[in-house]
Amino acid sequence: MLKVRSLQAGYGKLKVLKSISLHISPGEIVTIIGANGAGKTTLLETLVALIDARSGSIVFNNENIENISPEKIVKKGCTLIPEGRHVFNTLSVKENLILGGYTKIHHRSKEQQQEALDYIYSLFPILNERGTQLAGTLSGGEQQMLAIGRALMSDPKLILLDEPSIGLAPLIVKDIFATIQKLRENGNTILLIEQNAKAALGIADRGYVMETGQIVLEGSADDLLNNNDVQRAYLGKDYKSIDE
Amino acid sequence: MIFNSKYETMTREDIQQLQTERLQSTLNRVYRNVAFYKNKFDECKIDIEKIQGVEDIKHIPFTVKEDLRQSYPYDMFAVPLRDIVRIHSSSGTTGKPIVVGYTKNDLNHWSEIVARLLCSVGVTDNDFVQIALDYSLFTGGFGFHGGAEKIGAGVIPSSSDTNIEKQLYIMKDYKTSVLISTPGYAITLASYMAEMGLHPEELHLKVGLFGAEPWSEELRHQIEDKLHIQAYDNYGLSEIMGPGISGECEQKNGLHINEDQFLVEVIDPKTGKSLGPGETGELVITNLFKEGCPLIRYRTGDLASLLPGTCSCGRTLTRMSRVTGRTDNVLIFKGIKIMPSQIEEVLLKAENIKPHYRILNKKEGGSEELEIQVEVSKEILFDEVKKMLEMKNNITRRLQDELGIEVKISFVEPRTLRNLNNKK
Repeated sequence: MLKVRSLQAGYGKLKVLKSISLHISPGEIVTIIGANGAGKTTLLETLVALIDARSGSIVFNNENIENISPEKIVKKGCTLIPEGRHVFNTLSVKENLILGGYTKIHHRSKEQQQEALDYIYSLFPILNERGTQLAGTLSGGEQQMLAIGRALMSDPKLILLDEPSIGLAPLIVKDIFATIQKLRENGNTILLIEQNAKAALGIADRGYVMETGQIVLEGSADDLLNNNDVQRAYLGKDYKSIDE
Repeated sequence: MIFNSKYETMTREDIQQLQTERLQSTLNRVYRNVAFYKNKFDECKIDIEKIQGVEDIKHIPFTVKEDLRQSYPYDMFAVPLRDIVRIHSSSGTTGKPIVVGYTKNDLNHWSEIVARLLCSVGVTDNDFVQIALDYSLFTGGFGFHGGAEKIGAGVIPSSSDTNIEKQLYIMKDYKTSVLISTPGYAITLASYMAEMGLHPEELHLKVGLFGAEPWSEELRHQIEDKLHIQAYDNYGLSEIMGPGISGECEQKNGLHINEDQFLVEVIDPKTGKSLGPGETGELVITNLFKEGCPLIRYRTGDLASLLPGTCSCGRTLTRMSRVTGRTDNVLIFKGIKIMPSQIEEVLLKAENIKPHYRILNKKEGGSEELEIQVEVSKEILFDEVKKMLEMKNNITRRLQDELGIEVKISFVEPRTLRNLNNKK
């Protein structure tokens, strides 16, 4: 579904991504783990053309998408859910969702629009309850649900999720991760970036480890959980589950 | 049957993508963690960011056996020692052995590729697999052991140390259906069977996997004939992983390379230039999926070619020909690589020996024997029997220590071997 080959990108003189290659097959959950500043967010932003790729290729569904405009990438079915939610605080929950479907707005009948909304509400009933409430008044967890819902309105095939668990209570994190698994069951493919490496590897099929702009390890989620470097760096040596 | 259709039937494009990803991440890791590679890449001004596809690998220098020897014991490791859960070592050729370390994941991945080999020749969890390979520092025994366990077969680790008759009784009584050994050993078994009056139909053998030394199509027919089995070739070497790098499927038309874990090139051993499909040259292998001690462009010294086209078994993995020989004059005896210089070194340490010797690899009546004929001074040969025997024992013992094999030493008169050489 997505094939990235030797991608380089950065800001000004700073080279952040140094030749990144990765792929995601349809129906997979793939995670990228790495420390702060490794370049994970830069990678996602380059994938959706918020940052220019300096070299390398990004092929999405057999089509080169490097450096075409972000809205075209959304139209092709690849949507980013940014770190820190970035919901429109002064708009209502429903308005936020409708804006998420902006690229589809002229292609959907009223009924289809309602169907799309109903699908989001079935995933997150709380968003229906809070439909008229301003997004800024939602809790962190609810905002994350809204951000996911908003992205789903564009009917994406590939969802890029940047740190969905950041700043959320453990119980909420569990819900969010359960939702991500549900999205996969519903036919979405997911690229997940997470600081919470254990939770991410718990639901992912495969993973990549990123350090200072380079991929240093690739493997199945089990491979990475078994890797001592990963255990030391990202799981804490005697790591404990945060479930309980 | 295909063990892992995800990796064994990928499209060419997907294989290349995966190989590129794994090559880049392996290069990043060795550059960070292995001083040898960091120095080498810096010296040769290799910018690993510029390696954008598998074809760019030709810009990277080779790793040779001498590099591994100089890294003795642990300098090639790319992970801290505490992450290593298994050590194997090859006898090397001369001097220091080569040490190979495996992490937990490495052992898993190793079992996986060996399981693929077994599965591709029809071995299932209903089989009893008798592994008559060396269970020691060498990778053969333990490598196949892990793979056979992975597919859930019954494993009989009889090893090659068991005496031949016992080996055959085990095979008969335990109802072994799969034999794993060197091809030479299989022939030895066959000839003992003839001597003991054991008919192959009294056994339950159906399949044999043979490797660790180059063998011919002719030998395959002999083994198949004498043991009433299907005999398959496989290839591997300790430095890279052990058995499992490639193996034949039931079609017997080339060895499928597990390309998700290894990048195999063929080069001209003289110029180092890459050769195309169908051209025979030296195999050069890069580890794409190893944590312990991944090697980059390792020159194996084995001669073979990559085969064009795909196999009718459904696997899309590139195939290689059977190994046809060596680039050096390494002698492979019972699966152990021996350099003539190793023998020479031992001989030269002994007194009263002329530096003329001849190594004979005798394969008669199914048994294999290494005989070394050495010229000694006339006095020793004729006058001092006690001294001569002592010398013989000494040399035999030293060779045993050095090579790990038993050799027969025979002393000959001065000039006999020299004259022999002249006649050639």
